[in-house]
Amino acid sequence: MAHNHSLLPGPLVAEELRDLFAGIDPRVRLVAACLFCLACVALGGFPALVMGLVIALAALVAARPPVRVVLRRMMAVEGFMLLILVMLPFTVPPTGAGDVLLSWGGLTASGSGLMQAARIILKTTIVVLTLTALVARLEPLEFGRALAGLGCPAKLVTLLVLTVRYFDVLRRDLIRLRRSMQVRGFRARANWHSLRSVGYLIGMLLVRSFDRSERIIAAMRCRGFTGAFPLDRMAPLSPQDFGFAVMAACAAIACLILDHAPL
Amino acid sequence: MHIADGVVAVPVIATTSAIAVAGLGLGLRSIDDTRVPQVAVLSATFFVASLVHINLGPSSVHLILNGLIGVLLGWAAFPAMFVGLLLQSVLFGFGGITVLGLNLFNIAVPAVICGVAAREVIATSRPAVAAAVGGVAGAAAIAMTAMCVAIALALSGQEFLPAAEIVVLAHMPVMAIEGLITAAAVVLIKRVRPDMFPSRRTVAPL
Repeated sequence: MAHNHSLLPGPLVAEELRDLFAGIDPRVRLVAACLFCLACVALGGFPALVMGLVIALAALVAARPPVRVVLRRMMAVEGFMLLILVMLPFTVPPTGAGDVLLSWGGLTASGSGLMQAARIILKTTIVVLTLTALVARLEPLEFGRALAGLGCPAKLVTLLVLTVRYFDVLRRDLIRLRRSMQVRGFRARANWHSLRSVGYLIGMLLVRSFDRSERIIAAMRCRGFTGAFPLDRMAPLSPQDFGFAVMAACAAIACLILDHAPL
Repeated sequence: MHIADGVVAVPVIATTSAIAVAGLGLGLRSIDDTRVPQVAVLSATFFVASLVHINLGPSSVHLILNGLIGVLLGWAAFPAMFVGLLLQSVLFGFGGITVLGLNLFNIAVPAVICGVAAREVIATSRPAVAAAVGGVAGAAAIAMTAMCVAIALALSGQEFLPAAEIVVLAHMPVMAIEGLITAAAVVLIKRVRPDMFPSRRTVAPL
């Protein structure tokens, strides 16, 4: 397999499928994704949430990311979030006798609690799908430029771009240090020795990173770095960009109207 | 310890996001222009360190190390952690965009409180004392993060109260783990590269 020179640790960029949003300005994609997510998180009723999900799925199909990656991300709900969702039917008191789903021992599951859990799952899914469709396929540098174009402070953008740059370098550093521990017979167990060893590992990683950053700063200063990269001005928005922005706005507004319209 | 979209009440999100933005501004101002690459490398290091999982009974926890981040970076912990969260949620597409400010508040506020309280002592005392102080800071930061998460949940509705209690209980062992690991990391840095903890009296802080 070819060595992965991409700045992104994930395989998204390496995929060769054509992304229908590739021609849209990154700033527009970012703002559209954020506004649509905000609108969907504010929804309360199921018809509107399902509509949001359908729109997010449609956007995902158009972006054509690898299915495996999308599935993995949707499963990446942390254990404790899962716990909250599982507990919700039992912790939301039933609104009436008709709301009781099952009663077992001292536990009562309520239909309204189940509904609330379903709403949260729908919202989380919509956000993950939308971000994957519109933003996750951006190159980190493009993403940084889009943020700068939207008025994000230059210092923060520089910080972001450099963090992405060194993430992969340091991940390899960590792998190297861990391998050398394993070669010396280290096995992670739940004891004081293991924890201290991991602490030393983290400390060593930080020391090496600190030294590395001194060399990076020296090298960057040599090349005239004074605190921010010269990001060239972004091209003005094209009619296509405006078209996409209007479409995204319509999608968000349609969901909100469906949510508030008396059915 | 991320809260997902659509769980926490809007007023809680709005308040914590506003505080997070203020912290972000202060943090950015505290970074000297030419030191930006240094903060970036350290923020990437902590991002990488969060990939380390510690086995804990039947499950495993990943490291947060917000106490150590606070000790090393001070106010710059805000932008450093913001970048990590932003990359995770937006660029890698893991979600959590409307709760970005809340999640930043939950980890960065404890980081700065513990960091500012502990960094001068760590910088000026001998390794054993610095380790003890660092360990307490590491454990306290996790405790505060767990409390913030629990309070955010509890303020969002009665139905989340049991979950809030579980969050606090589940973080007891994490507190111990992070405290011990932070203490060991501080000892190593004190012995190998003590100038990574600059004292306010000798050198200008990072």
